[in-house]
Amino acid sequence: MLLANIAQNLNLNPINEPSADVEVTSGYASDLLSDVLAKAKNGAIWATNQKHINIIGVAVMLNLAGVIIAGGIEPDENTVAKAREENIPLYITETSLFDVAGKLYELGLRST
Amino acid sequence: MNDTVASLHFKFEVNGGDFAKAGDASSRVKKILQQIGADQAIIRRVAIACYEAEMNVVIHARHGFVVLDADLEKIIIVVDDEGPGIEDIELAMTPGYSTAPDSVREMGFGAGMGLPNMKSCSNEMEIHSRRDVGTTIRMVFENA
Ligand SMILES: Nc1ncnc2c1ncn2[C@@H]1O[C@H](COP(=O)(O)OP(=O)(O)O)[C@@H](O)[C@H]1O
Ligand SMILES: [Mg+2]
Repeated sequence: MLLANIAQNLNLNPINEPSADVEVTSGYASDLLSDVLAKAKNGAIWATNQKHINIIGVAVMLNLAGVIIAGGIEPDENTVAKAREENIPLYITETSLFDVAGKLYELGLRST
Repeated sequence: MNDTVASLHFKFEVNGGDFAKAGDASSRVKKILQQIGADQAIIRRVAIACYEAEMNVVIHARHGFVVLDADLEKIIIVVDDEGPGIEDIELAMTPGYSTAPDSVREMGFGAGMGLPNMKSCSNEMEIHSRRDVGTTIRMVFENA
């Protein structure tokens, strides 16, 4: 599934979107960075309530397709700057983390 | 193939408490491995383990280095720091064990999964530590 379809379906607000023509192969939702590192697949879209710069570092390490900050939380300024520098798609949404994960699941994405 | 073994060596500095730069050393390591054409699976394992080790320096220690050595057969990551050291290594290796402060836990670090992640990503892992001096972790990753 393309990132563009997900962004549209969930009505995500793009903060950094170098390209939405990116294949998303799985999804993951977690606020624990070690959990994401251990379990999220390369190419996953990751939904979280974390907003600090290190979420972009994690996305880079795993070649994630993108990061969604859920629950109406605003990313830190340096998070946005880092996402731009590293070309990591970053979205925000008012939708809760629970609902974002549910919608991604409904679209057919799985964590494995 | 000819008999000259291509090998490379890089060293990156890591500063304790610097969360804005945390992960940069691991990101450099990963980019180098991509440039030399290492395979995706080994890059993922090295990236995860190196990031966890680098974060441990940022979270728990004062200052350190990430050293990358790679040749055709294997990749070696050594993360060496000046810091409090790990008093009981076996205890520290227990999944869920963490001494990270609340401020760091709120960021989603400090789940006590870093050392277990590093162990499961690497083919070999050795920890040497002296209390109030520092910690050295050496991880070997073999090409499958
Ligand atoms: N480089 C280090 N220097 C000092 N203590 C460390 C270091 N790395 C790990 N530790 C100790 O081992 C514990 C477990 O580490 P880890 O599994 O990475 O979990 P976490 O970093 O989430 O606490 C840490 O909480 C800390 O007490
Ligand atoms: Mg850790």
